[in-house]
Amino acid sequence: MSVFDEATVGELRELMGRYPQARSALLPMLHLLQSVEGHVSTAGIELCAELLDLSAAEVSGVATFYTMYKRRPMGTHHVGVCTNTLCAVMGGDAIFERLSDHLGVGHDETTEDGQVTLERVECNAACDFAPVMMVNWEFFDRQDPASAVELVDRLRDGEQVASPRGAEITSWREAERVLAGFEDGRVDEGPAAGDASLVGLEIANERGWSAPVADSAASAAQESKGEAVAEADTQRAESETVAEESGADVEGGAGDRQEASGGGSEPQAEGKADD
Amino acid sequence: MTDVLTPVLSAGWADDRAWTLDAYTRRGGYRALAKALTTTPAELIDLVKESGLRGRGGAGFPTGMKWSFIPKDNPNPTYLVVNADESEPGTCKDIPLMMASPHTLVEGVIIASRAIEAERAFIYVRGEVLHVVRRLRAAVREAYEAGHLGRDIGGSGMNLDVVVHAGAGAYICGEETALLDSLEGRRGQPRLRPPFPAVAGLYASPTVINNVESIASVPAIVEHGIEWFGSMGTEKSKGFTLYSLSGHVKRPGQYEAPLGITLRELLELGGGMRPSPDGTDAELKFWTPGGSSTPILTAEHLDVPLDYEGVGAAGSMLGTKALQVFDQTTSVVRCVLRWTEFYKHESCGKCTPCREGTWWLVQVLRRLDSGQGRAGDIELLQELCGNILGRSFCALGDGATSPITSAIQYFRDEFESGMHTPSAELFPPVASTLFATEATA
Ligand code: FES
Repeated sequence: MSVFDEATVGELRELMGRYPQARSALLPMLHLLQSVEGHVSTAGIELCAELLDLSAAEVSGVATFYTMYKRRPMGTHHVGVCTNTLCAVMGGDAIFERLSDHLGVGHDETTEDGQVTLERVECNAACDFAPVMMVNWEFFDRQDPASAVELVDRLRDGEQVASPRGAEITSWREAERVLAGFEDGRVDEGPAAGDASLVGLEIANERGWSAPVADSAASAAQESKGEAVAEADTQRAESETVAEESGADVEGGAGDRQEASGGGSEPQAEGKADD
Repeated sequence: MTDVLTPVLSAGWADDRAWTLDAYTRRGGYRALAKALTTTPAELIDLVKESGLRGRGGAGFPTGMKWSFIPKDNPNPTYLVVNADESEPGTCKDIPLMMASPHTLVEGVIIASRAIEAERAFIYVRGEVLHVVRRLRAAVREAYEAGHLGRDIGGSGMNLDVVVHAGAGAYICGEETALLDSLEGRRGQPRLRPPFPAVAGLYASPTVINNVESIASVPAIVEHGIEWFGSMGTEKSKGFTLYSLSGHVKRPGQYEAPLGITLRELLELGGGMRPSPDGTDAELKFWTPGGSSTPILTAEHLDVPLDYEGVGAAGSMLGTKALQVFDQTTSVVRCVLRWTEFYKHESCGKCTPCREGTWWLVQVLRRLDSGQGRAGDIELLQELCGNILGRSFCALGDGATSPITSAIQYFRDEFESGMHTPSAELFPPVASTLFATEATA
């Protein structure tokens, strides 16, 4: 069975066994192949096709649809710079430009020493830490051109680097193995949350704010607490003690908006997310 | 009245090793599950229905009602799928939640699965967040070890298996039917509806797909009750939620508050806009209420209640409550171009209006951004948007038009300047950056 050893084939089968239908494992399988080979090769495509009883063309169609799958060999480290709007404005464009100059590579290219593949990435769900960089899909928050250059230089020198909101950086291939579905024992590294994630909680703690106490006996206590902070609060009190009402508050029928990834028309997309 | 900020989901995020079962249990975690295990599925659905919980992933559809659409007589197994593919530009609430407190989600998954009588659940998390994937996998493992997952959970007779599934980079997979195709090992392309996933979803079986925050909100509702939940928020937008503040503000981050808080209040809590290089506070120019697919708003909208109805009445949508705030140094044309490039890149190619339309939009916007716009370009943009909006297969196309039409509505003169002056000349990009003061110094 091709260039892959028994252990790899065994793990691919293990992934297939995790789902009611084996084909559901295809995305994890491709992640695993990337961890073994450093990219998705033709042999890898053929192996998946054989195991899942699909044509190579079908597997290849899937592999090329998703941006995380790479058909060309990758560098040891994947360095992503978020250049979606918010990060771009906050400095992501400048960071990418500087890195590109410094490394002598463009988007989706690998340095000659094989250490770093540079990529522009889309919003990585960390906009409150903008501008954001990712190394092997670990967060590096609030970067600037100088810190970005320093970071990639340390990676290229083989220095130990840890994500401020994640684990120690290993390699892109090791990251891909975790994404495929195999734990690497690094879950307890790093903090629970970065500082921006805790901003609201900190303000609430400073001011003695919390969610209401559950039982109704406590509502009196709640009220006096409310008064104490009344000067900070202001407008929004009146609306919220309004009587309980059934949740069936969607006007205009459940039809299109129902399963709604945004439901299309009227008034228009509700964001594209699911519910 | 309730407090201005009401941390529920985020309450434990600063705890020592908050991601562990230990820390979560110490805070009262899995008490709601114990309660749910002695509650019938029908009662759980009613409870969530009556709570008024609405989907936190963007569309705001009532969660309990979604659950109630699962047919009772379908011979196929029922599935729960959690949409953890957070990738709407600006949206950054589910990722910190799963990083800091993955058990909140896992507990919600178990309760929701009981309600819809699913014995298999999937958490489809975007692949680009390695440490979050680690935390989720470990939480699921710990939940199995504690007997919260697997066979005969807590002696209730309930069985549930959960798989954490990492995606591979495709915004479209946040669209729920595309997500299902992706989870079946295919290209992530949206499906025609009907049939709706409640009837024919994953493997053509009854499926509920909910956003992370929606599911994570369920344990608190089960534990504290619907009156407690309804004491927060507004009449039609009940409860607490995560608001994500980003951009040119002093304290970007997650703010958990009752629905209906305003951007003015949030900004005041966080100390307002960032300081300008000259020392004064920057001016708010425009903002998105709920990610890039929601029409932009301006400083006139600072007092709009950030609930489903309030933002809707202001001509936009609450969306994912991703408040991306831009100050007066920012070129709106540049921003709109970048968002549009994103939609073009992420268009799955299935339908023509979106695939071709976003390509044309980018061409026209590039001209305007570089000061090479032609007479009639603004009208051309509007016409193109008109041909995409409501004519695309899924919401991606509609979302692509939102920033453009709203930006033209509020900042038409900036697009007109694009006929002769590059945006970078009018708004030097360096002034907008986080490191602007150092750079200009
Ligand atoms: S725009 Fe960069 S993380 Fe959201």
